[in-house]
Amino acid sequence: MDGPGVGWYLIVAAILFATGAMGVMLRRSPLIVLLSLEIMLNAGNLALIAFSRQAGELDGQIFALAVMAVAAGEVAVGLGLIVAMARRGVALDVDQANVLRG
Amino acid sequence: MGNFLVWVVWFLAAGGCLASGMAVVSLQNPFYSALALIGNLASLAVLYLLLAAEFLAAAQVLVYAGAVMVMFLFVIAYLGGRADAPWAGGSPILRTAAIVAAAAILIEIVVVLGLAWGDSLSEPAQVSDSFGSPGEIGELFLTDHLLAFEITSIVLLVAAIGGVVLGTTREKEEGA
Repeated sequence: MDGPGVGWYLIVAAILFATGAMGVMLRRSPLIVLLSLEIMLNAGNLALIAFSRQAGELDGQIFALAVMAVAAGEVAVGLGLIVAMARRGVALDVDQANVLRG
Repeated sequence: MGNFLVWVVWFLAAGGCLASGMAVVSLQNPFYSALALIGNLASLAVLYLLLAAEFLAAAQVLVYAGAVMVMFLFVIAYLGGRADAPWAGGSPILRTAAIVAAAAILIEIVVVLGLAWGDSLSEPAQVSDSFGSPGEIGELFLTDHLLAFEITSIVLLVAAIGGVVLGTTREKEEGA
């Protein structure tokens, strides 16, 4: 394999995952929380594809495709929720959407 | 020479990927965050190509950078100024805890990788030229992973119906 070994890709995936986790925990706009979730899912995908290359088996890439489909579904439902929140006049702020808080 | 070129491409793609990832979580305006995420997904597609995942790189650009991000940008445009929320929430302690938790995740993964660096991560398997091509992926999907393929289609159908149900307003709510 030319160029960097699989480990370097995994380190990029780790940094990317931590970045996304920070965004999910830190930001208040639900839109940016969703975008950060996408970063985390893609970091997981990168790790899956890197391990798939390491093992020489395509199963990891199949798994990554399934993750992509789930991410697309998650975006559809998440954006639907955000639009529904905006229509009902709920503030688009994850700290204020606390009606269901225990 | 070819090896050096691969390193340069890897470095540019990884750097662009990490920089645009930081931009997504740090920019104030969700519209710019979404644009930065498109850059992130495009540079990830380059990394996929370097890992011999041609079909996934194409799917990444078509499905993510194309379809999903267009949906994001439309919703952000629809919400307009209402999409802006204060940058960070909670008390300073919560904010520090969030950063510490993210750093802890990063350090744990890097330590585990460092432990495996010498032996199990050293030599990747030899693969043929058709590794990761649409043909091979399609064959696996229709043989070994047929159940996963069918379940994925049901997940997408349910998510599409859910999106429509959440997006439609009933007349009663419209008046309220």
